[in-house]
Amino acid sequence: MNKYMIHLNTKRCIGCHGCEVHCKANKGLPVGPILCEIDHKPLKSIRGVPKTEFSFRSCYHCDDPFCVPICPTGAMQKREDGIVFVDFDTCIGCMACQGACPWQIPQHNPETNKAVKCDYCMDRVDQGLKPACVSKCTTHALKFVTLEEM
Amino acid sequence: MKKSVYSICGMCTVRCPIRVESENNQVTWIEGNPHLLDGALCAKGSAGAALISDTERPQQPLIREGARGAGRWKKVSWTTAYDYIADKLKTIKTEYGPESVVLSSRGGPWQGMYKTFIHAFGSPNYTNHDCTCGRNTHHASLSINGVGRKGFVYDIKNANHLVLFGRNMFASLRIAENLQTMDMLDKGGKLTYVDVRQTMTGIKATRFFQVRPGTDYALALGMIHEIIERKLYDADFIKRYVTGFEELCDFINDYTPAWAAKECGIKEKSITAFVEEVAKDSPKVIFHPGWNLSRYKDSFYASRALHILNILMGNIEMKGGLIIPKGPGDCGVKGIRSLDCPKPDIKRADGVGWKYKHFDKGPGLAHLFINNMIAEDPYPIKAWIAMRHDPFCGLPDPQQQKLAMDKCDLLVSIDTHYSEFGWYCDVILPESTYLERDTPICVQKGPKPRLAVRRKAVDPVFDTKPSWEIFKQLAERLDIGSHFPYNTIEELWDWQLEPTGFTMSDFDDKGFISLTDEVIMYDRDNLDGQFKTPSGKIEIISKKLDDAGLPSLLPYESPEKPSKGMFRLVYGRSAVHAHGHTINNPLLSELMPENKVWINKRSAAKLGINDGDLIDVIAQGSSYSGTVHAHVTEFIHPEAIYMVHGFGRQIPLQTRAYHAGISDQKLMVGKLDDWDKAGGAINLCEAFVAVRRSARNPKRRVEL
Ligand code: SF4
Ligand code: SF4
Ligand code: SF4
Ligand code: SF4
Repeated sequence: MNKYMIHLNTKRCIGCHGCEVHCKANKGLPVGPILCEIDHKPLKSIRGVPKTEFSFRSCYHCDDPFCVPICPTGAMQKREDGIVFVDFDTCIGCMACQGACPWQIPQHNPETNKAVKCDYCMDRVDQGLKPACVSKCTTHALKFVTLEEM
Repeated sequence: MKKSVYSICGMCTVRCPIRVESENNQVTWIEGNPHLLDGALCAKGSAGAALISDTERPQQPLIREGARGAGRWKKVSWTTAYDYIADKLKTIKTEYGPESVVLSSRGGPWQGMYKTFIHAFGSPNYTNHDCTCGRNTHHASLSINGVGRKGFVYDIKNANHLVLFGRNMFASLRIAENLQTMDMLDKGGKLTYVDVRQTMTGIKATRFFQVRPGTDYALALGMIHEIIERKLYDADFIKRYVTGFEELCDFINDYTPAWAAKECGIKEKSITAFVEEVAKDSPKVIFHPGWNLSRYKDSFYASRALHILNILMGNIEMKGGLIIPKGPGDCGVKGIRSLDCPKPDIKRADGVGWKYKHFDKGPGLAHLFINNMIAEDPYPIKAWIAMRHDPFCGLPDPQQQKLAMDKCDLLVSIDTHYSEFGWYCDVILPESTYLERDTPICVQKGPKPRLAVRRKAVDPVFDTKPSWEIFKQLAERLDIGSHFPYNTIEELWDWQLEPTGFTMSDFDDKGFISLTDEVIMYDRDNLDGQFKTPSGKIEIISKKLDDAGLPSLLPYESPEKPSKGMFRLVYGRSAVHAHGHTINNPLLSELMPENKVWINKRSAAKLGINDGDLIDVIAQGSSYSGTVHAHVTEFIHPEAIYMVHGFGRQIPLQTRAYHAGISDQKLMVGKLDDWDKAGGAINLCEAFVAVRRSARNPKRRVEL
């Protein structure tokens, strides 16, 4: 059962792409992989004011992930709390996970030659901190939500 | 070893407060100061870490070997570079006098140090980048309120309505202000936005006016008319503090909303509906008087009109209005010491203070040096030191500027990166990045004033130095070292703090020293002495402008229409770059590697341009042109094209930025002379360019 999710308050989001860089800087990623993405619909004029909706996508941390079973070394794993993450010690960078994921979420890190993906910043979460993208969102539009156990 | 320091961001000139973590001299985390911003930071702020390891920045002092701009550099030691500069400066001083040296900086809270250096050297010619930024707004505020641009802070959070004329705050970010605005909107506040194109700020607005380029002033006049007509102004405030209201009433007569609507290309009823909202929201309506308003020929008067709107609201020194910033004195605390040296009593080479008496003498006007240098009038300029300032990127027409710089025997750039100007210089002194350097303490005035300081998070990874050391070293060699009474930054900090009774450890808790617990507000019934105009009142009719032979209320003149095939060139910022400063940052260039040119759908159709096509943008009456991708959209006025400033850089060592996108300032040929005689700033949006579909668009696949 997934315990966490990231929610975007699209009214507050200003599409500044800060979250994308906060994420990369936190993980020390080189140019190439971007683990979350801010997107918006084409502008539409609503009562004279052009408007759009923003969306934030990192990894869906699927209940039944495609990326986990396909991984030949067992590097791609799902934790008890639902977080799907890459164990870098066992990852061989074959990128089978990327091919299996319907949204090609796992990315290749050219520096380590391994897969990297959103892991809800589990190292931070385990210390009681919020994920990087949420902590530093320019307008506090992102929220890290802990779902109640059913 | 793990370390955490509070500091000040240096990715743009907003200088947000930050907290930085590092381990083994590597930055591992940067966030907005939790006590002030609750962690919030922008993309640039996070990308700061990438700056440190970036090898495409100068890594030790460089002295030019080939021709200027040829890019052949000799790597030298700091001692060699300091000696080289000092020797040249001494020779120049002997032959031409100390006034023949100009020092320009970007401005900001540490400019006292740079000013001290050049004044102590004997030259009055200190200048900064503001003639391409806030000078019109600054002078507008001075002429009306007697205080400059920083003479008010805006209490947006508690306002009911914020009105922004082209102040695209959700792209030109100031995080504290952005958070305030979001909070205001969350509480049901309104945001009215005026621009020639749709922007991120417009998207968040509750009302949007897409106006014809150059008609901001007309819209502001129409608003004033309606507000006066409907008697929505604060008559008591005006009676008590304002002169010239009758003259304003006479002047505004013809500028009806119907007239303004026609001039701006918008609907009359949206102006009257807007004023209807103002009626409900006043007095807590803030008309932002502009930030970078070096734009149109009447931007100075547009800014004055926006100030007048605030005065009509009577929103000065109240919650949800314009608040007079408070300093240490208001908190019963002694101020800090700062480096200072009086300006030598010599005529400035830009003419400010003697030829142009109505301008603030502080930084003068950088663009006015250029032609004077070429003409060697009033005297020759032989050296230009640019302290983190890039005139070739900021001011129009770098080609023309080079003619002036060619008259110099010494050009020095002190900067963290290669600036366009630096690349043309004789010496580059590489400053340490903001994460690797300390800076002097500064006072941040406001309703709750505080002391702030930047502290280095890591030691410099290359052979770079902080500016406090660079100026000290140069000063010693020029026998003006006594103006820099310190050897280490700790000594400087202690000297600064001594009168206050605080010590450096008082910064440890939160990264700043709060001078008061409570917001300090003056008595609104007793604001006498706050407006430093000749009459001590808010002057709608300005004595200073009168004396300079300039009107206080300028009759409106319609902006020029571009001729066929031509467009007005309009520039701006995106949220991921701070002008030319960040274009080569690895993480930011990944997000936005080049700029595009926005062009209106209908105009593009006439020229056969489709979205994504390559187009040529050609300067008027010159051979300079640039090729770039078109962004075809209905959300820009058909008379204008728009691009993000800072691109089109020509420094081969910056591989990511090299020839990426195009540069607006290079397209502004001859535009150094197009400046505002009343406001002082350059009219950066008065250039016209031709646009055509580029022949470089592929027609066939030709591969083998
Ligand atoms: S940092 Fe926040 S405001 Fe900026 S794009 Fe990301 S979610 Fe939106
Ligand atoms: S990587 Fe793809 S498949 Fe795997 S959990 Fe994320 S969204 Fe699901
Ligand atoms: S939760 Fe962490 S890893 Fe996932 S997108 Fe946000 S910052 Fe990146
Ligand atoms: S707006 Fe961004 S880049 Fe500018 S000072 Fe603030 S955090 Fe730094």
